[in-house]
Amino acid sequence: MLDARPSPLVEPLVRVRDLKIYFPIHTGLLRRHTGDVKAVDGVSFDIAAGETLGLVGESGCGKSTVGRAVLRLYEPTAGSVRIGGEDIATLSPERLRRKRPEMQMVFQDPQASLNPRMTVAAIIAEPLEEHTDWSRARKQERVHELMDAVGLNRAFANRYPHAFSGGQRQRIGIARALALNPKFIVCDEPIAALDVSIQAQVVNLLEDLQEKLGLTYLFISHDLSMVRHIATRVAVMYLGRIAELSPRDDLYARPLHPYAKALLSAVPEPDPMRESTRRRIILQGDVPSPANPPRGCNFCTRCPEVQPQCHEVKPELAEVLPGRFVACHLVRPLSDFKTAGSTGGTFGAGTVPEPNQQGETR
Amino acid sequence: MTDLPDSLAAARPPRNQWWDVWDQFRSHKGALIGSVILALTLFSVLAGPWLWGVDPTFINIRMRDQPPSLAHPLGTDQLGRDMLARLFAGGQITIAVGMTAMALSILLGTLIGVLAGYFRRIDGPLMRLTDLFLALPLLPLLLLMVMLFREPLVGSFGPEGGIFALIVVAIGVTSWMQTARIVRGDVLALKEREFVLASRSIGTPARRMILRHILPNVMSPIMVSATLGVANAVITESALSFLGLGFPPDFPTWGRLLNDGLAYINLSPERVIWPAIALSALVLSINYIGDGLRDALDPRIRGR
Repeated sequence: MLDARPSPLVEPLVRVRDLKIYFPIHTGLLRRHTGDVKAVDGVSFDIAAGETLGLVGESGCGKSTVGRAVLRLYEPTAGSVRIGGEDIATLSPERLRRKRPEMQMVFQDPQASLNPRMTVAAIIAEPLEEHTDWSRARKQERVHELMDAVGLNRAFANRYPHAFSGGQRQRIGIARALALNPKFIVCDEPIAALDVSIQAQVVNLLEDLQEKLGLTYLFISHDLSMVRHIATRVAVMYLGRIAELSPRDDLYARPLHPYAKALLSAVPEPDPMRESTRRRIILQGDVPSPANPPRGCNFCTRCPEVQPQCHEVKPELAEVLPGRFVACHLVRPLSDFKTAGSTGGTFGAGTVPEPNQQGETR
Repeated sequence: MTDLPDSLAAARPPRNQWWDVWDQFRSHKGALIGSVILALTLFSVLAGPWLWGVDPTFINIRMRDQPPSLAHPLGTDQLGRDMLARLFAGGQITIAVGMTAMALSILLGTLIGVLAGYFRRIDGPLMRLTDLFLALPLLPLLLLMVMLFREPLVGSFGPEGGIFALIVVAIGVTSWMQTARIVRGDVLALKEREFVLASRSIGTPARRMILRHILPNVMSPIMVSATLGVANAVITESALSFLGLGFPPDFPTWGRLLNDGLAYINLSPERVIWPAIALSALVLSINYIGDGLRDALDPRIRGR
């Protein structure tokens, strides 16, 4: 990451700052506002053009909510989402509508994300209907181009979604997302509903398209090995906050945040020798309710390395190694030595491993 | 890429979807038989008076209560009016009232249901309005409407047109609530589906979202309501006629023929049987057509 650090003048394609999404809870006879489900509670990250940011975490930690809020499908409670220099969170409806072509989404359930009453051609052409005034022939030509690009037979254009397999449906969804030449695509668990052999096809398709069209992805998934395959950097979320945000290889080789460690220890090893020595970190207890998160660190109720201060003070996401951001009191920041390629900064006792800049290659 | 003129583009593959609908509709036997019966009924009701040429309101007291004969194939009623001519004339009014009132009630119900389901802000007021209409006692309300509006409407549209408009509006305005509730429920569920979210991420405005994604997907319950609505409208009309609030007594409708014949059911049961058969055939054929249309409009069922 050191060489790829963007100069302060060039803004990354996507810059999310302190994003919060609270869903209000109304209770009682008068439906008074008595609290909030803090689905996303202060999330910040950047995505540079052409890169893939993986977003992982367990069910209900707010991954999908972040993805949807980034495209303003949910109204954020606070924070800013800048895409291509414009703050999506505050755009007027009409400006937002004109901004939509730049950012698109691929959905989790390809069955549910396609209107069962529209033909494939109509589904893929919908963005064109909304944002272009092309003639019918030109739209049809574009639809056929897109079907070629995602590997669908042109002859299927007039069929309905129910006639396709899961993988093909996901390709239709991807073709629709590509219709307007977006720069940025949020992939909201695009492979979770597919079986394993199809997952690889779809992920490879996404990678090919990225290479060809220079796309930028926010790739939301709970499949850690798939994220390892596709992402350049990975953010680990827990209970509405980012626990760790690191380059992929660093994270998978040596996670720093205790939660990231526990999460990654759950990835099975294909090598039986190593699998037999794999040490799983089993967390105790359940995820606290996002309506009533712990006062200090969100993870303090289950953290195996918890300290007294964790229950009091919320740790901020800080850069502890070049390019590696961790929100934990036990992983002390890189303090002031950000210059001179200081790979071996000063670290707190025991808990912080030696930085491994090689990453793990396999 | 050059822009081809539309006529050229239209000639290219995308087959008109209505052909698929027609193909599926044809494969539904009940719907096909229903359409034939409905077509026959419509034809006889429209062309019958012209072919049969007997005035349905001509009173010939000497010929009253005749059994079927060549001169009167369905016999005559207690005032000697020809039953066949009355059946044709009554069919025109009954079918017109049933269809128009159904259309009005479906239109209102769908509009209110979709608006309430899609726009959260007006959901509460619209559904309370629906509850209000549901809570209104139907017959006293109809009675009041007829009392208040009969004279001015008859004055401006003539006796037949005025009463027709009044009855259609009265039935339409008092029967949209079930449709609205069903449609709202379906819209609420549809709104959370991912394809609607996908459409929002494209930037589709609410109007086109409703027309393109919501309405086609709530067609099934609307179709069912519509087919039931015809029967409901016909029955309400005959109830109104029976109470003396509908069309004037000399206007035959199927409901009125039934009510008139009821008193003579021991003497000449055919006077009840014929209008009843006509009514049942109409309602049943419309139900089957609705069933076939619902299947034909759903691409998931098509081709089975």
